[in-house]
Amino acid sequence: MCGIVGLFFKNPALQSELGRHVQAMLIGMTDRGPDSAGIAVYHRPAGPGRSKLTLFHPDPQYRWREVGGALGEAFDAEVDVEHKSNHAVVIVAAPEDKARAWLHRHHPEIRIMGYGQLMEVYKDMGLPAEVADKYGLASMEGTHAIGHTRMATESAVTTEHSHPFTAAADMCLVHNGSLSNHNNLRKWLRKRGLEFETDNDSEVAARYFAYRLSEGATLAEALEAGLKDLDGFFTFTMGTRDGFAVLRDAIACKPAVLAETDDWVAMASEFRSLANLPGVDKAKIWEPEPAVVYTWSLPKAA
Amino acid sequence: MSTVDLASVSVRDLNSRLHALPPGTNERHWRIVNPKGEHAIAAGLTLPLEVEIEGHTGYYCAGMNKAATVIINGHAGQGVAENIMSGEVRVKGNASQSAAASGQGGLVVIEGDASARCGISMKGVDIVVGGSVGHMSAFMAQSGHLVVCGDAGPSLGDSIYEAILYVQGKVESLGADCIEKEMTPAHAKTLRDLLARAGIKADPKRFRRYGSARKLYNFHVDHADAY
Repeated sequence: MCGIVGLFFKNPALQSELGRHVQAMLIGMTDRGPDSAGIAVYHRPAGPGRSKLTLFHPDPQYRWREVGGALGEAFDAEVDVEHKSNHAVVIVAAPEDKARAWLHRHHPEIRIMGYGQLMEVYKDMGLPAEVADKYGLASMEGTHAIGHTRMATESAVTTEHSHPFTAAADMCLVHNGSLSNHNNLRKWLRKRGLEFETDNDSEVAARYFAYRLSEGATLAEALEAGLKDLDGFFTFTMGTRDGFAVLRDAIACKPAVLAETDDWVAMASEFRSLANLPGVDKAKIWEPEPAVVYTWSLPKAA
Repeated sequence: MSTVDLASVSVRDLNSRLHALPPGTNERHWRIVNPKGEHAIAAGLTLPLEVEIEGHTGYYCAGMNKAATVIINGHAGQGVAENIMSGEVRVKGNASQSAAASGQGGLVVIEGDASARCGISMKGVDIVVGGSVGHMSAFMAQSGHLVVCGDAGPSLGDSIYEAILYVQGKVESLGADCIEKEMTPAHAKTLRDLLARAGIKADPKRFRRYGSARKLYNFHVDHADAY
């Protein structure tokens, strides 16, 4: 069993409250997932010519400064390292793919949790409240965020197996369910040059959608294609730089509730996580229909 | 009337209080505020209480209900009134999946829409839905009535036994062994009574009746020895 949550602000005036609300939503899903939790927050932009990477090493004393220094030297670029427990957010004045390749080659012990311009990804074992606390979620501002709480039933409780899964710049996916054709789909994606980090079915879904988006599909088109190509149980919530999406399979065994006001859209496995959002009493609340694609996007930057 | 605020009282404490009431209690009217999607609110009642819940409920609200009347002034999560034995459960908003699942008796009224699997495995409960129902509703329904004033999603009444289904709107598709049947005057009267009990205004003449064709394996006398 798992819990998933997502919050997307339509009204920019609310951005300073993002972390506080998402923390409450995540904690609301503790019963569905007390083993580990993960969050992706679309936080402050790294700035022009810069990219942002969220990195993980199990040792909270890991030598992030040193690695940051070496990365800066390699690209002759400014590097900013923010160390949060066993994660570090690194902002570097270099293209994100080049920075990732360098890290891969020189520091294979580091796991890249997320990358792009805005998105930061934190995942760890423990109760959602502990995980949120560890990374200071409550004080994070931003436009949207997605979270996952995991109750492991079939595989180990590890950071690698935690959601959200990232498969492209500023793109992430959380999944409640299980895919039955992930082996075939992984093979199909590998033939098209994609690489995988885990044996997890949800990673396959994330990479599948990233692949569709890279082919030029819109968020809605990518999800429509997924309805044909993904076999199994799923409720997905997906974030992109300026988009937010929810999709359930046609059988719709895995729960989901949506709520929307003029100011925000929120998704959760159960209403419990939506119950304390501002203005929820007046929100439109509904269960997303099976096999129907729901997407929202931010207005073009003013 | 006793009011319980779930912002300060746990569902377990609330339910314990309701379960501890003696038969013939005078504390028959209860109002529950701040349900906030909590699970199993007012589940397992066995006395003719009247419980009104102000807000949206989580899973299994009023599950296993016997004799009590439970009114939800909001939406209900999965499995509202599951295994209801008697009494009445009324949802003023919409209900999530598996509403009144396995219900053995009593009346469940959903004034809005119910999603997938409404009345799954129903065993005698009467369900009246003011709006529409989702896919696989009345799956393996054994007895009782399901009245849908709106539309029904795909595979209505799949593998149905002896339950009777009335739908006013469009049926997207019928499940295995479920067929349309003649609406006799007796059926029209049953439907009229159900709508009246539910307090939902609709013209029984506009409904169609569906039920079992009794053609599946288990209905063949040739297979009786297999059990």
